[in-house]
Amino acid sequence: MEKVYLDNAATTRVDERVIEVMVDCMRNNYGNPSSVHSFGRDARRLVENARAQVAKLLNAETSEIFFTGGGTEGDNLGIKGVMAANEKKGRHIISTPIEHHAVLHSLDYLLKTGCEITMLPVDEYGMVNPEDLRSAIRTDTVLVSIMFANNEVGTVQPVNEIGKICRERGVYFHTDAVQAVGNMPIDVKALNIDLLPLSGHKFNAAKGIGALYVRKGVRILPVQHGGSHERNLRAGTENVPGIVGLGQAAVIAQAEMSEKVERLTNLRDKLISGIIDGIPNVKLNGHPIQRLPGNVNFSFRFIEGESLLLNLDLKGIAATSGSACTSGTLDPSHVLLAMGMSHEVAHGSLRMTIGKYNVERDIEYCLEVLPEIVLRLRRMSPLYEGI
Amino acid sequence: MYTDKVLEHFQNPRNCGEIENASGVGTVGNAKCGDIMKVFLSIDSNDVITDVKFKTFGCGAAIATSSMMTEMVKGKTLKEALALTNSEVAEALDGLPPAKMHCSNLAADALHEAIKSYLEKQGR
Repeated sequence: MEKVYLDNAATTRVDERVIEVMVDCMRNNYGNPSSVHSFGRDARRLVENARAQVAKLLNAETSEIFFTGGGTEGDNLGIKGVMAANEKKGRHIISTPIEHHAVLHSLDYLLKTGCEITMLPVDEYGMVNPEDLRSAIRTDTVLVSIMFANNEVGTVQPVNEIGKICRERGVYFHTDAVQAVGNMPIDVKALNIDLLPLSGHKFNAAKGIGALYVRKGVRILPVQHGGSHERNLRAGTENVPGIVGLGQAAVIAQAEMSEKVERLTNLRDKLISGIIDGIPNVKLNGHPIQRLPGNVNFSFRFIEGESLLLNLDLKGIAATSGSACTSGTLDPSHVLLAMGMSHEVAHGSLRMTIGKYNVERDIEYCLEVLPEIVLRLRRMSPLYEGI
Repeated sequence: MYTDKVLEHFQNPRNCGEIENASGVGTVGNAKCGDIMKVFLSIDSNDVITDVKFKTFGCGAAIATSSMMTEMVKGKTLKEALALTNSEVAEALDGLPPAKMHCSNLAADALHEAIKSYLEKQGR
């Protein structure tokens, strides 16, 4: 049976070149970067080299990159750290209902500690209107947290305009770019971004490693206390092999960016048009153009997402769904609901995310088996009657 | 997360479809929570279920429990069928993940609704 991995927004296969440098680091550079001796100094050099590599991918300064344990940690540190350091200015945050839970649940926590949160609405494509942001900013607003690109529906926000407004009004702009980094070009300077968390395993580095970009001058406090690592912002011995791998992944992503974006966009559009042409009663979720190169998300009416996933899995295809059964709650995806979708249609959503190791045949295979599965489930569905 | 039996019933559901002029039809669940089961019964003059079919909108557990339920009640009397519980259906599938025990384990309820509609039609 063919095996097709279409869940690259969940995680990606580690690039062989990343594995190589990580293994070499574990084998030959096991020193602690904080140590004074030569073993420590060698490890320190690797860490600082990787920091420069990650900075280059974002057009940031090397000193603006802080290594973390991944995207969730970066969101927690970026949001809580900035709110803690700027209490004198105010406690107001502006965000959106389509953020990742790493942001939403950090905001829930801050709400309990006395912060005020304004949630901007999103349109049917999951897009924020920058004018809504403009009118939501108050004198006590400290932080705007709006994601770069959505993990479920792939919609890319008007980050350029959002950044401009934040800079003009003197509020910090935090953008969860976990899905975007390594998958589309990002220039933190040109986009006026103040804080940007990224995660290695979303662009072919290892799990458990990430970074937070903090623009020079941003007032931020640590949320995890201990040693003086990462210039006192993130205590804990550095994950050196992870960091070295992240640096290598950043170099590869930058070198292969334009080719990757073009190839993934072509595969994405082939899958999207194949589904629209081959299956009736479907709806593309997310923005048709302003979307991540590898993201495909559809709702298939009259059927439920988990049964769709199971059937695809039985055919060797790995995907994911926004149905309640896969969200771990009784409600379907908070992103789809915030976009105004009914529960019924949201339950029938399917996300397929393309990565750099996917080939044309993967898309063709998916288009061969999907219509059959959808039809079979629809024939079993009481909602399909009379259509 | 699913047992082999659940997956087997999910892949090869028994008695999926509709019965025209069914003696009783029952529906439970709603689209909002992601599960709807509809059960069709043919019942003879001795109160025996001679045929049963289902249509289900829902996850793997919802489809598998529907299928299993139909196997368990075909040829049974109404009295026996009314005694069937949702947890017995789940047990017959070697169990369901805890999260599915409530939201997607409705097959016996749908069956009971179908029997009720039949009894009401009969004026009993």
